[in-house]
Amino acid sequence: MTDTRTRIVWDYAPAPESPDHVRLRDSYGLFIGGDFRDPIDGTRVPTINPATEQPVAEVAFAGPRDVRAAVEAARAAQPRWAALSGLERSKYLFRVARLIQERARELAVVESMDGGKPVRESRDVDVPLAAAHFFHYAGWADKLSYGVGGREVAPLGVAAQIVPWNFPLLMAAWKLAPALACGNSAVLKPAETTPLTALLLAEICQEAELPEGVVQILPGDGAAGAALVREPDIDKVAFTGSTSVGKDIQAALAGRGVSLTLELGGKSANVVFEDAALDQAVEGIVNGIFFNQGHVCCAGSRLLIQESVADVVIGKLWERMGRLRVGDPLDKNTDVGAINSREQLERIEELVAAGEGEGAQRRTVACDLPDRGWWFAPTIFTEVAPAHRIAVEEIFGPVVSVLTFRTQAEAIEKANNSAYGLAAGIWTDKGAKAFEVASALQAGVVWQNTYNHFDPSAAFGGYKESGFGREGGPAGLRPYLRIS
Amino acid sequence: MLGKRSIKTTAKQQGIRLAVSMLDLTTLEGADTPGKVRHLCAKAVCPAPTMPEIPSCAAVCVYPSLIGIVREALEGTGVQAASVATAFPSGQASLELKLRDTEEAVAAGAEEIDMVISREAFLAGDDTRVMEEIVRVKEACGDAHLKVIIETAELGSYDHVRHASMLSMEAGADFIKTSTGKAASGATPGVTLVMLEAIRDYMERTGRPVGMKAAGGVSVSKAALHRLVLVKETLGDEWLTPERFRIGASSLLNDLLMQYQKTQTGRYARPEDFSKE
Repeated sequence: MTDTRTRIVWDYAPAPESPDHVRLRDSYGLFIGGDFRDPIDGTRVPTINPATEQPVAEVAFAGPRDVRAAVEAARAAQPRWAALSGLERSKYLFRVARLIQERARELAVVESMDGGKPVRESRDVDVPLAAAHFFHYAGWADKLSYGVGGREVAPLGVAAQIVPWNFPLLMAAWKLAPALACGNSAVLKPAETTPLTALLLAEICQEAELPEGVVQILPGDGAAGAALVREPDIDKVAFTGSTSVGKDIQAALAGRGVSLTLELGGKSANVVFEDAALDQAVEGIVNGIFFNQGHVCCAGSRLLIQESVADVVIGKLWERMGRLRVGDPLDKNTDVGAINSREQLERIEELVAAGEGEGAQRRTVACDLPDRGWWFAPTIFTEVAPAHRIAVEEIFGPVVSVLTFRTQAEAIEKANNSAYGLAAGIWTDKGAKAFEVASALQAGVVWQNTYNHFDPSAAFGGYKESGFGREGGPAGLRPYLRIS
Repeated sequence: MLGKRSIKTTAKQQGIRLAVSMLDLTTLEGADTPGKVRHLCAKAVCPAPTMPEIPSCAAVCVYPSLIGIVREALEGTGVQAASVATAFPSGQASLELKLRDTEEAVAAGAEEIDMVISREAFLAGDDTRVMEEIVRVKEACGDAHLKVIIETAELGSYDHVRHASMLSMEAGADFIKTSTGKAASGATPGVTLVMLEAIRDYMERTGRPVGMKAAGGVSVSKAALHRLVLVKETLGDEWLTPERFRIGASSLLNDLLMQYQKTQTGRYARPEDFSKE
């Protein structure tokens, strides 16, 4: 048969999420005692869109005296907050949750503009999960003792909380929701490069008429964080971030009777057995390492594949990687957005160079990257030896290191052969094998046939140098309660 | 990830045109008459007289008794005449009958044959018989293209869907097709993806490209565009042609036309603005 039709070429047109509805102020102060204040020493710093290198807004940075004022405001507010019944506290938390939902679109766009992550991810993961955490802990506020086996509970007091730049709003929600539900007041320091959604959350606290001083939001750099944990009048520190800063905090708190939760780095193993559904495993690998440009503490950055299927899986993975769409974070079809900061990009480049230098085989997807902004194309390393730096150190970028194993025992041994122990993935269709391996892995979270799957009812936290303490679910109440 | 692609503006227009060109416009009812089938053929050749940029559909698909009419109506248009066969939709008949059914359809002018696998044999574990039937029907097809319907809704699991896809391709299918349209569900995103992955793996192993037809349940533009996303990101642009991918549907065409018109006028048309057949 003759076919006279001309061939129709089909590609996705740009589908940008419009930022027009976003009402950002030109400048944000420090949120202390229910109001936005000017910083005492007057420091204001622009926050940069990593996809364009353009400033998004100007933000006040807290100095030591601001930190002191914030802790004092939190201390003053805490007894009245704790004296409210759990039911009353839960009403406020429900209100915050609903306001997050109401402003979801705005929060998603700002999160992507400030941090570089694809808007599909901010819209479908970060913002809904942040609301879900507030909903979840709102539900616990009047049932605290049921969450800890029926024992007597009391709040700790003032919680100092420091969150990283990879999930700015979501991490703020992880920290604030349980702290507030338990009757603590909080001083939260968002990351230096991504303070905006936390400041919008401060607006939401105002809108929800949360009592003054229950939540403080203090943008600032590392010095502000260091000052905060050294404040004498705090009862609790919760930190998510790098292992080196975590160690510094732990040293600063030694002997002070301040409770501590650390959620630190990882080099999590994603283990693919030969009997796995390989196409699904490939999707899981992609989600495990390229989700949020690999800026995920529990990213599946060490991919362990059984030797018998290694070539097949790597082939499928490479092909899949070639179809990832890298670019404008505000385009709804973007899979991999911008690297959060120049500093982080340099760190990724350094480790990738080290990987090449040590003899691992590097392949990077050929794709057009925008001229402005900070970008790193999805990259895979094969022929990686367990001793290579790229198999040991956290890269925190869209780079996966592939190692192989022959037997189940070897898989477990290699997976556990790490200073870290945050998360792990297991891919197999055999249930018995999955349970056996899961119980042998030293990781705070083990996903079976999925990866990077988060839910407010599931506890999250690490082993070894990945930290201690749990966030999420009833286990996430314990770090904020005195239990007797 | 693939379920979330945002198809807007020009991508939507081009996608709709592509989907129309891949459409097997289908009627498989006891009440089908020569008159109705002729109307359908006219619609397939020129789906929207007021929008000349809309291409013809890929084929018109009917029962064997009406294929002669279809062939006559489509002669010289480039639109293919397709017939179901092999005791469609249940496949519960002897191999002899199925072969007769196929031969008669081809003799009457079918350029494409949509056969059903014997689910009875497949679910009983008799892979040999499933393949044997496909091989024999393929022989009976002669030059006609063979699409093999695995009827995913009756197979019970994705593992079975993949296995049946592989058996069909090994046995010589030119296309593998999800459904008859007569079962509880059809070309869901899940089974479509599993079958596309099977085609990709088979292609990698043997070098032979096999087409795919998603039929059943794809009745609105959004669903059709979503299936195209799956094709594009699983098998690539080489499969985005009517020679390699088809959509079997009856009511989808008018929704595609309505959506297309909306991209041009900014308003939705009334259903009455498009002919039913």
